[in-house]
Amino acid sequence: MSDYNFAYLDEQTKRMIRRAILKGLAIPGYQVPFASREMPMPYGWGTGGVQVSAAVLTPEDTLKVIDQGADDTTNAVSIRRFFEKTAGVQVTEATTDASVIQTRHRIPEQDLRADQILVYQVPIPEPLRFLEPSEVETRKMHSLEEYGLMHVKLYEDISQHGDIATAYAYPVKVEGRYVMDPSPIPKFDNPKLEMAGIQLFGAGREQRIYAIPPYTQVVSLDFDDYPFQASKADHACDLCGAKDSYLDELIVDDQGGRVFMCSDTDYCSTRRAQGHVGAQGSPIQEDAA
Amino acid sequence: MTPLLQVENLAKFYGPRIGCTDVSLDLYPGEVMGIVGESGSGKSTLLNCLAGHLTPDRGAVRFDTRADGLRDTVTMSEPERRMLSRTDWAFVHQHARDGLRMNVSAGGNVGERLMAVNARHYGAIRDEAIDWLGRVEITEDRIDDRPTAFSGGMQQRLQIARNLVTGPRLVFMDEPTGGLDVSVQARLLDLLRSLVREMNLSAIIVTHDLAVVRLLADRLMVMKDGHVIETGLTDQVLDDPQHAYTQLLVSSVLQV
Ligand SMILES: [Zn+2]
Repeated sequence: MSDYNFAYLDEQTKRMIRRAILKGLAIPGYQVPFASREMPMPYGWGTGGVQVSAAVLTPEDTLKVIDQGADDTTNAVSIRRFFEKTAGVQVTEATTDASVIQTRHRIPEQDLRADQILVYQVPIPEPLRFLEPSEVETRKMHSLEEYGLMHVKLYEDISQHGDIATAYAYPVKVEGRYVMDPSPIPKFDNPKLEMAGIQLFGAGREQRIYAIPPYTQVVSLDFDDYPFQASKADHACDLCGAKDSYLDELIVDDQGGRVFMCSDTDYCSTRRAQGHVGAQGSPIQEDAA
Repeated sequence: MTPLLQVENLAKFYGPRIGCTDVSLDLYPGEVMGIVGESGSGKSTLLNCLAGHLTPDRGAVRFDTRADGLRDTVTMSEPERRMLSRTDWAFVHQHARDGLRMNVSAGGNVGERLMAVNARHYGAIRDEAIDWLGRVEITEDRIDDRPTAFSGGMQQRLQIARNLVTGPRLVFMDEPTGGLDVSVQARLLDLLRSLVREMNLSAIIVTHDLAVVRLLADRLMVMKDGHVIETGLTDQVLDDPQHAYTQLLVSSVLQV
């Protein structure tokens, strides 16, 4: 422990990041620049999210880290270990037990409470980037609320695919003002962006922090004749039988056999522990063997 | 009658060098004004000052806004000016790629201005795009192609459709036929002339090509070294130039 300051970053850096977070919360959806620090892990491993987590963690916190909904991927495990080692905080895989959850690509199925913070790892924070490469121009578009270009992207989607094909990082308008990239979560998760918990977004390489305060209005952009739909695979989880959760599809054998299972592993195992069984599932006691 | 655009004593300097100076003009609804001169004459600087791309050092550029009548666009707020430039104004660049989004389909390019003023019905936007592509002689089956797949003349026609879709009242054109083959130029000029008439457009066209203004412009302004040296009805100026420089300009074109 004595080798590191609490949660790795020095106090001055954490104060700087906290100021950016507070500014982000005061202006929902607005991208606040911050001086991103080198972290002992490569970009793409969530250095933005890690710095935000480091700035909000206290010794009393319990941390959960998920990657695509799972607690056990290399990325999630190494970030969890990093904070165990540098902050000595409790860690958990249970969504309900966590006070801070760092995530990549998912929002937990379980509704978050007012005393929980969700920290997103963000690769590209600028929703206008793919059509307008100029940073000066995108900043001006945000400040003047010139968001027609976002609909050009959706128009292109429909004209090419017959429907809005954007399935991840689906753009939203926050509190009727800023258009925001919710990070690469599936659009199924977009309705959950209106929640009781605090949501913080950190982009390390691009040096941006933004935030959604509790109970903020978050509207997914769409057309009148092509309304937004929070789609998922039309299936139930094969392990726990859940019909309301986001599913991953797995090929299980050479014959093209497929299994659908909750991408949120904690949600799935909690349901199975409660006795729910899906079409290809078995009760959890036997499963554990 | 209120002029659509009223320019008074406009000046723009680049350090000690004159961009343009002492420019005044009135443009009335439905009128097309040509600005001719060699490169370095200040005509492009003037156009960019009028269109809000450059901030003049002196003078006023008043536009007859729908809501409040004549307003100085130099002193109005940036959001107001940008709103004008995507609704009541249009700007046709010499190089189509400066005025188009090359990574967006033809339909998306035409639809952008509609979406910028909150059109939110995909079907209606697409219908409008198809209509406008037709008006600039681009067939409906090219609507989902990107401009990179278009010829130079087609790109320029697409740029015009993209600009005119919101029914602007004032169009700025910077060498709209420059860089195109002669036969392509002729077709584009015919198209521009019929659009200007149909829509009763007001326009300011900057060009070094006197054939362009002969065909499109009602009135002409000749510029040299940042100054306006002669103005008048187009035919009058071209057929009976008063200033020695204009005489030179006209005669050199006659030799071409
Ligand atoms: Zn499940």
